[in-house]
Amino acid sequence: MSFVALADRDHEHALHDPQTFIRKYIWSQDHKVIAVQYGIVAISIGLVALGMSVLMRLQLGFPHVFSLIAPDDYYQYITMHGMIMVIYLLTALFLGGFGNYLIPLMCGSRDMVFPYMNMLSFWFYLLAVLVLVAGFFVPGGPTGAGWTLYPPQSILPGTPGASWGIICMLASLAIFIIAFTMGGLNYVTTVLQARCRGMTLMRMPLTVWGIFMASILGLLAFPALFVSAIMMTLDAVVGTSFFLPAISSMGTSLRHSGGSPLLFQHLFWFFGHPEVYIVALPAFGIVSDLLSTHARRNIFGYRMMVWAILAIGCLSFVVWAHHMYVSGMNPYFGFFFATTTLIIAVPTAIKVYNWVLTIWRGNVHLNVPMLFAIGFIFTFINGGLTGLFLGNVTVDVPLSGTYFVVAHFHMVMGVSPILVVFGAIYHWYPKITGRMLDDTLGKIHFWCTFIGTYCIYLPMHYMGILGVPRRYYAYSNAIDFIPPSVQTANRWITISALFVAAVQMIFLFNLVWSYFRGKPAGSNPWRSTTLEWQTKDTPPKHGNWGKDLPVVHRWAYDYSVPGAPEDFIPQNVPADANSPVLGHGTHA
Amino acid sequence: MSLTTAYFALLTGVAVWALLVRKLRVRPWEAQLAADNAPSEIRLPAAKVGLWIFLAVVTSLFSLFMSAYAMRMGHGHGGDVHDWHSLSEPRVLWLNTGMLILGSVAMQWARMNAARGDSKRTHDALLAGGLLTLTFLAGQLFAWSELRAFAGFTMRDPALAFFYLLTAVHGAHLLGGLVVWARTLLRMRHKDTELIDVRLSVDLCAVYWHYLLLIWLALFALLLST
Repeated sequence: MSFVALADRDHEHALHDPQTFIRKYIWSQDHKVIAVQYGIVAISIGLVALGMSVLMRLQLGFPHVFSLIAPDDYYQYITMHGMIMVIYLLTALFLGGFGNYLIPLMCGSRDMVFPYMNMLSFWFYLLAVLVLVAGFFVPGGPTGAGWTLYPPQSILPGTPGASWGIICMLASLAIFIIAFTMGGLNYVTTVLQARCRGMTLMRMPLTVWGIFMASILGLLAFPALFVSAIMMTLDAVVGTSFFLPAISSMGTSLRHSGGSPLLFQHLFWFFGHPEVYIVALPAFGIVSDLLSTHARRNIFGYRMMVWAILAIGCLSFVVWAHHMYVSGMNPYFGFFFATTTLIIAVPTAIKVYNWVLTIWRGNVHLNVPMLFAIGFIFTFINGGLTGLFLGNVTVDVPLSGTYFVVAHFHMVMGVSPILVVFGAIYHWYPKITGRMLDDTLGKIHFWCTFIGTYCIYLPMHYMGILGVPRRYYAYSNAIDFIPPSVQTANRWITISALFVAAVQMIFLFNLVWSYFRGKPAGSNPWRSTTLEWQTKDTPPKHGNWGKDLPVVHRWAYDYSVPGAPEDFIPQNVPADANSPVLGHGTHA
Repeated sequence: MSLTTAYFALLTGVAVWALLVRKLRVRPWEAQLAADNAPSEIRLPAAKVGLWIFLAVVTSLFSLFMSAYAMRMGHGHGGDVHDWHSLSEPRVLWLNTGMLILGSVAMQWARMNAARGDSKRTHDALLAGGLLTLTFLAGQLFAWSELRAFAGFTMRDPALAFFYLLTAVHGAHLLGGLVVWARTLLRMRHKDTELIDVRLSVDLCAVYWHYLLLIWLALFALLLST
């Protein structure tokens, strides 16, 4: 019996509902509660990062009007903004939030396979966030080394937060990685081991595929960040010389010698590039499901989509040094990484084509999740195309230090996944709370966010091509080649950024208001095929499925099947031998 | 980084071969009645799968440490920098290695006795495995103190710093294993516990110990050869 998968021994486990408030909502082992806990913490810390970006934009747009932040503050905010958005918001929200909520429900299981470890994962994540925030209260404040934390400057006097701030950051990252490892082990093992009967790998929704592959990437890539964090902590505290060369700082020769700053860069980016896909792959998966559901069409090229996810995941480990073209690397080395970077564009482009072909001639419902999904395709294509420029050594070298890079990675790594996050929240909020989000507020939120972000980032491309350097607190008249129009653009960007930030308050209001006053959602408001919409209760209760686990009979994309009574057939509806739908899916 | 890249290439190859090529040829949009009634495909206990995934993470971690070691050593020999001095490893490391090998053998003995249903011998072998591992860790601490006693001791020496770092990280992993070992041992001593209740834990302990022995052998070989 011990060698039978969990889903087949479900009857052995009695469902013990947690009875007390503490066990139900605080020390909860229920994946749905943990998902919401992850979501609340991630969005909260994301709002802190948003606030910092507003302060930075006020400085850049109106340097002589506002004097809210000093140069040191600017570098500290830029560092914290970047790290929070990439790691503590996006990674945590996609994997800890959506991964936790959706994997067991979409795979037809009762919970994660290691619920206790799953609970610990959240509390370690919260601890990581608290240690990060503690950086604001230690002497010298948080680190201002830039989110890449490059040594030697990150731990040398003169850089803001070089004493305690950097230690808080490194400790927080190490704790986050422990939290992620506990979560990631759960996500991968649950997908492999706890799928319900009939849920073969190739019947899994692409959301699960995306989260599954991103979790594997995280499990293999985060150790690189862990290694670099440990070694840099030792350099800063114990006086080792892993990364620090012989160096004088402020007229004093330091005790270090012989270390290699480039070694840190290799380790950091060996994590850093897969990190892009740790965020992107869940977004790819989620957007595939949103498009298919709201266009009432099966996903185009399902197998190709799965292979593309796997190919992107594998290739993401051999492109890291394209972030280091300006480090003085061997040209052949640069050529190799430029080539792999272009190769990874192939499976990515396949996915984009398949998304477009999925909605082509579909019965497109332009509701809020669909708007965000389409907005993602636009933005991801724009961000991806500028990536082709930066992936090539000769173009990257002059652009690397400019606003072109800021515009590129915000489009592809910031706005694109955030649009998917919003789309996913609008899509699954009815399942999580049992109520619909307000549609009008949602549409206002979408259009203002979508247009507003273009107002912010399109001018940055122009500034980058003009050669305007990034990382500057202010642009004095000494920089002759910067025309006055750049300052006009900066003002415009700042006003747009303030507008976009303010619009997010509408979203937050909608989240709270709809929780109490929203229209009741029913169990399957989007008429969706996937298992999470087929639960007996909405929101699903502890154990998800009542007495019996579901049995899956078909893939996740039976929309608009000819001859079917409705335009969707849920995955748990048995295939009827006499039905016209048996064996005649409408795969494009 | 080449070691790490090779490791990932190997892992990718194995994954593609074992999982994808066989499974992903299916056309899910076509009806597959056989799949509806078949039990779930992978039939290992979740804890065992979880452990193997964790071991992949551990391998990634140590591969990266070893890559960093190789790169830092190369940097310390090149250009104007000549700060890499080979370490003369304390001889106690050989004894420690022997202890860890014996610990791993004892764990395997416990595993075999658990499979046979011999509760007493399983307990004794498990106890021996853990105690030998504690001896290994004590020996590692002794090696640390021996190195510290050298006249020219400085943490700026990269070979020395790496020695401390690698042995500490490996030791921390063993300590984690010892927590599970202690828990299993306590459960075995509980009068209501049957051997079958702890068989999986014993099995997982043995796998973990073998793996950490392999990692130690790789680290030891690296330290001796450089």
